Amino acid sequence: MEEFIGKHRGNCENSLGCCGYCCTKIENFSVTIGRTQILQDVNLHLHCGELTAIIGPNGAGKSTLLKSILGEIKHEGNIVFAGASGEAAGRPVVGYVPQQLEFDTSAPLSVRNLFASCMSRKPAWQGVSKKVDKRIIDCLDRVQADKLIDKRLGALSGGELQRVLLALALEPMPQLLLLDEPVSGVDRKGLEVFYEIVSKIRKEYDLTIILVSHDLDLVRKHADRVVLLNRTVILNGTPEEVYTDERMHETFGLTGILGNETDENGGGK
Amino acid sequence: MEQIYKILDIILPFSWLSYEFMKNAFLAILLIAPVFGILGTIIVNNRMAFFSDALGHGAFTGIAIGTAIGIFQPMWSAIVFSIAFSVLITIVKNKTKTSTDTVIGVFSSAAIALGVVLIYSKGSGKYSSVLVGDLLSISAGEVGLLLIIAIVIIVLWLMFYNKILLVSLNQSLAKSRGINTIAVELAFTSAIAVVVTVSIQWIGLLIINSLLVLPAAAARNVSTNARQYNIIALLISFVSGIGGLIMSYYLDTATGATIVIIAAVIYFITLGLRKRFI
Repeated sequence: MEEFIGKHRGNCENSLGCCGYCCTKIENFSVTIGRTQILQDVNLHLHCGELTAIIGPNGAGKSTLLKSILGEIKHEGNIVFAGASGEAAGRPVVGYVPQQLEFDTSAPLSVRNLFASCMSRKPAWQGVSKKVDKRIIDCLDRVQADKLIDKRLGALSGGELQRVLLALALEPMPQLLLLDEPVSGVDRKGLEVFYEIVSKIRKEYDLTIILVSHDLDLVRKHADRVVLLNRTVILNGTPEEVYTDERMHETFGLTGILGNETDENGGGK
Repeated sequence: MEQIYKILDIILPFSWLSYEFMKNAFLAILLIAPVFGILGTIIVNNRMAFFSDALGHGAFTGIAIGTAIGIFQPMWSAIVFSIAFSVLITIVKNKTKTSTDTVIGVFSSAAIALGVVLIYSKGSGKYSSVLVGDLLSISAGEVGLLLIIAIVIIVLWLMFYNKILLVSLNQSLAKSRGINTIAVELAFTSAIAVVVTVSIQWIGLLIINSLLVLPAAAARNVSTNARQYNIIALLISFVSGIGGLIMSYYLDTATGATIVIIAAVIYFITLGLRKRFI
């Protein structure tokens, strides 16, 4: 398998399309807001079943990249999803978990209501049919959140809310999953659970995942590919390649990266 | 209409309901209560209480303009103006980075100033009735108009409830699920504009917003999911509406204001109960 992916990547890098494997290509992405150029010429080639982590200093344009992939921010450049046979299939179906869902935490809205409003045409307050209810439970089951179904959205902890939003982003199953990891509000344990679920989902559903992350330790442990972004792609490679590169150290400083596995705080934030 | 009056006489043979104007007011409340309950839940969900207040001011200006021009019935030009006003605020709100409060405040006070100037330049004080309103002045034909409005609003609500819910939760989330958030917002604010404009002459500019906001705000205190929220808001809307009508009949008070007082009392009771529910 490893060999196959390696070969595929070789082909892709020679721009022969996505032979035998599906992938998403981001070509020449640039974003300018007002007079400030936030992203310049970002090129990424993402493969199905791979977890790509995007890291970078504050203000590097990580969240902006996700939002422009979503189409929420105007951008130059293309995004193309290519199916398994290599034919270009246009814009991918995108699932998105925002960094911080800003909402009224006193809202009388249960997790079931939220899913019902996305999955059924029937007004969510009228309740859902048994069939839809089972689908909702299945969705929540994927992220170990089935017990949260009757909880009020505002009563969830940071980690729980994150998992519920992940479950929502997986329905309908996207081709490209964008995750913007929260900077605060989720404890270390919650983050670890989240990473484990994401890793599992990637293998199970063969998804392309882009994860904007601030936790260098967890990225090293779970990501297949790491992209160091600072206005443009600075480094792009396996965690080992990126973490041993000098430019990585210039960006984050030396602490917490140089084989410092025991550093509990992830370091270098 | 005669038949409906007869049916009312049979089902509800109360002395307060024996006059025709009371029957009309009663029917109007039956129609307007669910509409206000529904729109109120959406307004409170979207944190737009101040916005709907501004719409009332826009409606006032609309009526003033309608009277000044005097081509059509003031109500039709008022509806057109209110819709334009609400669309304008929504667009400006979405386009600028200025605080929403400021944008609404500017539009609201500009509208009311224009309205006051127009009304007094005509030299007639009779449109000061728009400020207080008189529910008992409603005619049978106007009850028919309310029926049409109620049906349209309820159908729209059933069709778009899920989308509006997602937009009110978080705009980005709604966008990422393929919802045209500005279109939803515009449709919904226009609906509020129409309802407020039509009913302002019976309820009055000063209290119309409390009638929209109070039932939903009270329901929110004691509900944990969307089902409870909507059902309780509708119930409070009906109870305060009909209760207020009956009380105002016996106490000889202004109907709209009495309704609002009952709704406010219910709100404070639910506020006290809040901790047990949330």
